[in-house]
Amino acid sequence: MLKIENLTKVYSPGGVRALEDVSFDVPRGQFLAVIGLSGSGKSTLLRCINRLIEPTSGRVILDGQDVTAANAEELRHIRRRIGMVFQHFNLVHRSSVLTNVLAGRLGYVNPAWSLVNRFPKSDAEKARREMERVGIGDKLYHRADALSGGQQQRVGIARALMQDPDVILADEPVASLDPVLAHSIMQYLEQINKEDGVTVLCSLHFLDLVHRYAHRVVALNAGRLVFDGLPQEIDDRRFKEIYGQEAERVG
Amino acid sequence: MEKPKSPLQSILLGAAVLAALVIYAYGFQVTKVNLEETRSPRRQEQLVRILRALAQPDILEYDRDEFQVNAPIQVPCPAGGSSVPEPDKSGPYMVLTPPCADPSAEITVEGFNFEPNTTGPLNFIPPSGVSLQMASIQTDANGHFSVTAKLPKRPNEQIQYIRGVTRRNVGRPHFSRNAGDTWDKIVETVFLALLATTIGTLIAIPASFLAARNLMTPITSPLTSVALSILFFPVGMWVGAGAASRMGAASQMMTASVALNVGGVIAGPLIVWGAARWALPPVEETSPGPALRIARLLALLVAALAGLLALFLLSNLALVAGHALAPRLGALSFLGTFVAALGDILGFSLVLVSALVGGGVLVNVGGRLGQIISERTPATVNKSLNLLLGTAAGATLFAIFGAAINWLYQINNPLWTLWIPAGVGAAAGLIVAALLPYNAPLPIGYVLYTITRTVFNGLRSIESLVMVIVFAVWVGIGPFAGVLALALHTIASNAKLYSEQVESIMAGPLEAITATGATRLQTIVYAVIPQIVPPYISYTMYRWDINVRMSTIIGFAGGGGIGFLLQQNINLLNYRAASTQMLAIAIVVASMDYLSTKMRERAI
Repeated sequence: MLKIENLTKVYSPGGVRALEDVSFDVPRGQFLAVIGLSGSGKSTLLRCINRLIEPTSGRVILDGQDVTAANAEELRHIRRRIGMVFQHFNLVHRSSVLTNVLAGRLGYVNPAWSLVNRFPKSDAEKARREMERVGIGDKLYHRADALSGGQQQRVGIARALMQDPDVILADEPVASLDPVLAHSIMQYLEQINKEDGVTVLCSLHFLDLVHRYAHRVVALNAGRLVFDGLPQEIDDRRFKEIYGQEAERVG
Repeated sequence: MEKPKSPLQSILLGAAVLAALVIYAYGFQVTKVNLEETRSPRRQEQLVRILRALAQPDILEYDRDEFQVNAPIQVPCPAGGSSVPEPDKSGPYMVLTPPCADPSAEITVEGFNFEPNTTGPLNFIPPSGVSLQMASIQTDANGHFSVTAKLPKRPNEQIQYIRGVTRRNVGRPHFSRNAGDTWDKIVETVFLALLATTIGTLIAIPASFLAARNLMTPITSPLTSVALSILFFPVGMWVGAGAASRMGAASQMMTASVALNVGGVIAGPLIVWGAARWALPPVEETSPGPALRIARLLALLVAALAGLLALFLLSNLALVAGHALAPRLGALSFLGTFVAALGDILGFSLVLVSALVGGGVLVNVGGRLGQIISERTPATVNKSLNLLLGTAAGATLFAIFGAAINWLYQINNPLWTLWIPAGVGAAAGLIVAALLPYNAPLPIGYVLYTITRTVFNGLRSIESLVMVIVFAVWVGIGPFAGVLALALHTIASNAKLYSEQVESIMAGPLEAITATGATRLQTIVYAVIPQIVPPYISYTMYRWDINVRMSTIIGFAGGGGIGFLLQQNINLLNYRAASTQMLAIAIVVASMDYLSTKMRERAI
């Protein structure tokens, strides 16, 4: 359903090649882990898919539609089908949790009404449901920065769910959380993947999380795709290919 | 161990010290540093007098009783000796020794039975009645005084008088007239600052988004869009202004009847609300067909016109009601005047705002049309269209500049102010359109950002003390000129401060909201505005603080407020009164400083 073809990104001042000719396909409903060292291009890859970062060349095709060739209006319609979850949660701190979650509907509602903070009743109900689903239905009217890290990430997931997404891009969703919370967040993503059939692309640092949750792994090293296969196929030799010769396995 | 210095280095250091000396010496000369003046006794005496006056601000005063005793004297002594009668010793009286004397001679004056412990002047009264002060008197507990003074050079054959005056405070102290004037003016000053800050902030907030690099630089448009926007902008202004003046004229007809007027004010918003509800459905999954789009556009147009009409009616209603209320409210009549003034402001700003909105809407339409053209037409068609549009847009833009220059300098020669600029603009537009690839993204956001920044930097470099002179010519000397000058300066400096806050917001939420498929405007409302509210409040408070300080001196240049009074009193050498005003300024500025710090702490 998602096709990445020869994707290349060169950051213009400095000429850093963050992605180099990356290609792979993701079938519908897959839980795909993206691994690699910091700076290997994981975040750039995920952001090129919804064009938060404009790829230099190559194509991204979602359900037969060329994302890279879409105009501004089409791109907005594509983006609203792609939920995104961030390492630092990226909530608007001073707004209420409800407003943060409702922001997930911005691609659907009429811009004129949303500017004066008016959302349809059905959206408010949906926000309530999604917040119940991630287990913090009682926090709707708190300020976002009054929540703990794990709770903030759940709000981030609820915001992505508001988009009724076909795909969720999760950029190191648990890297800022402790291990216990990490599993609880990963379980929500797994649940969304299994129950709703949402395709998940998730960049991860810890291999045990990869083994536990992912159906398939792609690995990047210096912007190149160096591995594409099942989690259990990552043996010591592959590990050193991905993370470099000096790397030691942890966790 | 330090590296040893070479002789050249030492010589250079010596030369630098010498150069510094010369620079400071020259500085002393140009700033006319004059130590002789500071040492001259006359200047020092003046300084002491001013300092003492400043130390006694004219705030409280007593009502005073004045008491006079006259003693006749002959200057010089007549040939037959003094013939003045003995004083009446039953009441207060004065004894002169000697009873007559030559001009400039010293005499001793003794007073008896005066009010005890009072002070006053001892005056010489020639026949003309002008009093010349000879000395000051101070009575003791028995009402007695003795003072030796020199007679003035006023020889006269008639009898002249020496007058002892004592003054006594009666009753309780009360505020002096000067204190009342100071109070009135300091209130005026604080409100001057408040109004200037409010007006300035209202304009600076939207302007600050245009001056924020992170919001503006990503905005790019193809040449087709830019050219169409430039061509459409004046048309939109014209349409907007035209619609507003038509609606204004229409409202004039309705204002004859109060019922019609009030009904319009109530019905207008209802029509706007209904039309907006119908034309802007809350959620739309599929794009509507052309017929529905046109119908919606018409509905919005009707809503806009109805809104304009209702606003004109509201303006008229406020004007009429305010004027009717003002005389009936007594002490609160300023409320009625205020309502009327608000109506007036609304009325005359509507045409301008409507013109700007019209221009903005058509710029938007032009931009979208350009985008569609550059996406859907073949490259060659687009390229030739660009050549045409680029030429037309360049010519229009330069012709507008030409008209502005003509308005300023009154050249009144169409060849130089219309045809040549239009020709140059057309050529420039043609060259740009020919050289650029047909769909190259032009950094239009960056251009707008640079223009906004440049204008604000220019405005900011002119102090409001200078601006007020221009405004005083326009609206007359007084606090209103001060409000306008301070407001203009507030716009320029706060737009810059605000925009820097926009530039320093966290990028994460911006990214997250963009990723949901939000438009640029939605992103600003949901990701930018919540982040900038606390710094905006803080800067606004700080600006009010600055404006209070500025408004205390803006009166020096004709801007009203307490500065006006202060300057008058200084010019009249009325230092005790001036001291009161300085004290008032100090109190107000210090308490504003305290208050704004407290309020800023709250906001964050």
